[in-house]
Amino acid sequence: MAEKAYILNRDEIDRIIKRISHEILERNKGSENLVFIGLQKRGVPLAKRIAENIEKFEGTKIKTGKLDITFYRDDIGQNIKPIAQTTDIPFEIEDKNVILVDDVLYTGRTIRAAMDALIDFGRPKTIQLVVLIDRGHRELPIRADYVGKNLPTSRDESVDVRLQETDGEDSVVVIRKE
Amino acid sequence: MLRKKSIIDTGSLSLEDIDLIFANADSFLEVSERDVKKVPALRGKTIVNLFFEPSTRTRTSFEIAAKRLSADIINFSSSTSSVKKGESVIDTLKTILSMKVDLIVMRHSDSGAVKMAEQFVNVPVINAGDGKHQHPTQALLDLYTIKKIFNKLEGLKVAIIGDFINSRVAKSDIDLFERMGIDVTVVSPAMLLPEDFSRMKVKHSIDDVIEESDIIYVLRMQFERQNRKFYPSIMEYNRFLSLNKDRLLRMKPGSIVMHPGPVNRGIEITDEVMDISGEPGERITIEQQVTNGVAIRMAVLYLILS
Repeated sequence: MAEKAYILNRDEIDRIIKRISHEILERNKGSENLVFIGLQKRGVPLAKRIAENIEKFEGTKIKTGKLDITFYRDDIGQNIKPIAQTTDIPFEIEDKNVILVDDVLYTGRTIRAAMDALIDFGRPKTIQLVVLIDRGHRELPIRADYVGKNLPTSRDESVDVRLQETDGEDSVVVIRKE
Repeated sequence: MLRKKSIIDTGSLSLEDIDLIFANADSFLEVSERDVKKVPALRGKTIVNLFFEPSTRTRTSFEIAAKRLSADIINFSSSTSSVKKGESVIDTLKTILSMKVDLIVMRHSDSGAVKMAEQFVNVPVINAGDGKHQHPTQALLDLYTIKKIFNKLEGLKVAIIGDFINSRVAKSDIDLFERMGIDVTVVSPAMLLPEDFSRMKVKHSIDDVIEESDIIYVLRMQFERQNRKFYPSIMEYNRFLSLNKDRLLRMKPGSIVMHPGPVNRGIEITDEVMDISGEPGERITIEQQVTNGVAIRMAVLYLILS
């Protein structure tokens, strides 16, 4: 039997997203020049939610895009199913402050790939990273600028983020594999 | 992952393989729209374009596909005319293999030559056309183009027009089309049909199908494979088989014209149709086929080598 621990529920996730939205506005002194890019697949709805919050707070329109990093991975040939999802960045990122959004930060390799991919689209002024969960175990010198929750885990645990848009509910669960 | 590493004919592709190739092709179409049309997916891989028969678009398509995936690609062209068949292929393969390549894209004028090569080498081989036998990536890009335009496959009616007996494109297309539930009619004069065509629906004039087909697939008249005269005159071909303006305008709303290229202008398709502008011109999807071809070949290379 796998052991489960519930970490976040819907209201907690909601509060975290609101808090991060404020932090982003504070650090960037407003929403001017900000664009949001969510990483497939669960970074995409998270980016949308943050952008919607900021639109509400600031009364401006915020641009969001999606990025799939399958073709930028460094673990090709290691039994990963190579099904790519949509990349859609319908705006220039040149000289923008790009807020990259993902659900879980772990080894840092996905973010490395995402930064390589982003830079092929242009030269952003800054890239800032939002993650809902930082579970540690970095293998690259990468850190997040905005963290929903720091969650110390062991490598044989898995963090299961579920979101309304992709999974029908909002929750974060840690599963320990036996 | 594809069921088999090599793609020799359409029969080696399962329905799941085709779905996977199409899903990835969608992403690669997007990559080809970017300013930087390159992803690092196949960095460090070496691909050889081994063409024993002349080709411009298929070779270029594979070359662009490989380059957009950051693979290194070497073009090797050779003519079989002066060398004894079989021997030259094996010798060339030995040389290529000694250079430590990861994948071979091969075209040859003999049916079966690619399969023979595949048995000889220890790397994946993609058939880029072998004689009158098969051209599987062309069939994939044709099917993909149809799917993108109609958003479905089952129940569509396609008429394949022209030089059937010499056409590897027709054989590959018909196999994939029929497996997807597309209704296929072959329009060809008796002398351009194989001996046994009892399994196929056959008509002899384009006028029999022009109004009811969703897709008019015009084949290239394969003069290079016709060592004897298969057809009496171009005038007669024009009369029964050519796509001219009058026929184009009789096609039903939403229907399309496809051709694997290169077009023999004035034979399969008239000059007037090739250069037509406005709404009737939008029916002709030859350029979309070429664009989609790059994405399909990227998907195939990526799925085999990743």
